[in-house]
Amino acid sequence: MATVTEQQANYVLRVVEERRIRFVQLWFTDVLGRLKAFHVTPAELEDALEEGMTFDGSAIDGFSRVQEADVLAKPDLDTFQLLPWHAEGEGVARVFCDISTVDGAPFEGCPRNRLRRILDDAHDEGYTFFVAPELEFFYFDSLEPVGPPHPVDLGSYFDLGTDSVVGRLRRDTVRTLEEMGIPVEHAQHEDAPGQHEIDLRYTDALTMADTVMTVRHVVKELARQARIAASFMPKPLAGVQGSGMHTHLSLWRDDTNAFVDDTDPYGLSPLAHQFIAGLLTHAKEITAITNQWVNSYKRLVPGNEAPVHVSWARNNRSALVRVPTVKKTKVNSTRLEYRAPDSAANPYLCFAVILAAGMAGIRGGYELPAEAAGNLFAHAEDSDLDMLPTSLKEATDTMAGSELLHETLGEHLVEWFLRNKRAEWAAYAETVTPFELDRYLPLL
Amino acid sequence: MSDLSAERTRTVACVPAVTDQLADAARLAGLRAVACGDVAQLVARLAASPNELAAVVIDATSRAPVDAMATCKSLRRLDPAFAPILLVVAVDQFDELALRDELFDDFAVAPVDPREFAARLRHALVLSGAPAASSVVEHAELTVNLENYQAAISGRALDLTYMEYELLRFFATNPGRVLTRETLLNRVWGYEYYGGARTVDVHVRRLRAKLGEEHAHLISTVRSVGYRFG
Repeated sequence: MATVTEQQANYVLRVVEERRIRFVQLWFTDVLGRLKAFHVTPAELEDALEEGMTFDGSAIDGFSRVQEADVLAKPDLDTFQLLPWHAEGEGVARVFCDISTVDGAPFEGCPRNRLRRILDDAHDEGYTFFVAPELEFFYFDSLEPVGPPHPVDLGSYFDLGTDSVVGRLRRDTVRTLEEMGIPVEHAQHEDAPGQHEIDLRYTDALTMADTVMTVRHVVKELARQARIAASFMPKPLAGVQGSGMHTHLSLWRDDTNAFVDDTDPYGLSPLAHQFIAGLLTHAKEITAITNQWVNSYKRLVPGNEAPVHVSWARNNRSALVRVPTVKKTKVNSTRLEYRAPDSAANPYLCFAVILAAGMAGIRGGYELPAEAAGNLFAHAEDSDLDMLPTSLKEATDTMAGSELLHETLGEHLVEWFLRNKRAEWAAYAETVTPFELDRYLPLL
Repeated sequence: MSDLSAERTRTVACVPAVTDQLADAARLAGLRAVACGDVAQLVARLAASPNELAAVVIDATSRAPVDAMATCKSLRRLDPAFAPILLVVAVDQFDELALRDELFDDFAVAPVDPREFAARLRHALVLSGAPAASSVVEHAELTVNLENYQAAISGRALDLTYMEYELLRFFATNPGRVLTRETLLNRVWGYEYYGGARTVDVHVRRLRAKLGEEHAHLISTVRSVGYRFG
């Protein structure tokens, strides 16, 4: 009998034939979470499935150095999917790839490999990690960087806006995602003008990281077709909230939710306590990954639904780790919500470092500090709680000194990431901003 | 697929080539189209194993020269005479059909409408006494073609990943039965898969998303047990 892989390969080749697919896009993700692709024709596909496709990795940021240029993209057949917005008979499909060296070893600079490795480590201890992110983004008239962008609608939270172009676009987007097998829990208008949110139904973290890449692509592609521009920039507009990627987390052992304990006042198991403690202890170290851009830190300011303190609480939206209330009949939906990440994070690395921080708490038996009380936004400065990094520079410096991050991401990724982020900070530091001109030019 | 004879009779040979429209028509009729460019070879093959093909389509409008009537004659001369034979002709080829009704079973005028031609194929198969389709599982609006791995709901093709297809196939071939998560894990994923029951839940939810709101109820949840299809 043929192996599962052979059966899968046959299945894929057959679908390509039956659905008359003209191109297959091989998708992969660079270190900064940008989607990359190359196209193969059906004729080349069989070879690509068997042997992978060689390409020059040094052309991709954060991939191989010049002296070890060639790497291999190997399609992960589980992820073969038609892209539904292409016309019948002109079919285009995509498949995610893992990157390996030419001799077949997992390539150190591939974020997907990294996440898989961290998930395997947890799995060796009996745990499966499930995540469910809420992706926020803006619809703008255009993305030309000439002054502040203009939101396409002026709605706000839970606005119905049934007839609006944007409402229709969001519905089309959700339908397209569902056709691609991406279940959406909710989609709604968010607080700020032009801001929207798509909440995804939980799945294993690797599938979810692929899904986040797909959702960002689909949202942008369908917006483009409607002559609108979508952006996942963390804080595109001053004075209104930014675009976060609040991420719900649960850890499962066989078929039970390892975070549940009915006898605990919070409904949380000792393991969940340790996991939260791990997140809090390492929060500052992982922030460079969960919030990787200069602009990310304009979102992490008091007063706009984003966390600024290292804290946890039940049902308190100002906390970094929130424990949502669950119905007594639905204890299996017990989960934690990590509220720092933004929509422009690399989802593979983001989920990897979140899991690594939580697992460090479990492995080290960390103690959970007391729950934060009250609205943390109200008294941001006079709190004695630890603060999250307030700039990309602070975040990368903290990451550089973190043993956990070096272990989780490996030297190749850490070295490249720090170099890239320090260069970004240096470029930003020597920029004279409109803020400075407005304020100082007339005065000084 | 274990039943090889059933598989063979779901194949339709297109002479001299499979056009996109003919491929679609064959798929809609639950058949697989294969090209047969060389008429002599087709006849020889049929003479050797008369049960190999469910039907033959001869495209007289093809750019490649094909003597449609001579081909029909060769097929009918076999013992037993081959049927059904379907022709695709151009309007100006009507004259060639006159007084040759016994040489073919049905015909269509180019350009071929795949849905019309699929209906003609099915009809011709029934008249020629071919066995009912065994490789297509139908349930309400859902069709799963086990031969070419294609599934459709209300005529809309579903684009499934391999595991989603395998799961849907298992459901569709076991309608009305309560299937536990363990059963599904063992039968669909096989023992080499590690993951647990959540994997099943996640895949069922993805399958429901692809079926669409209207048809998601085809797979119902049986509380604290598993799932039931149909």
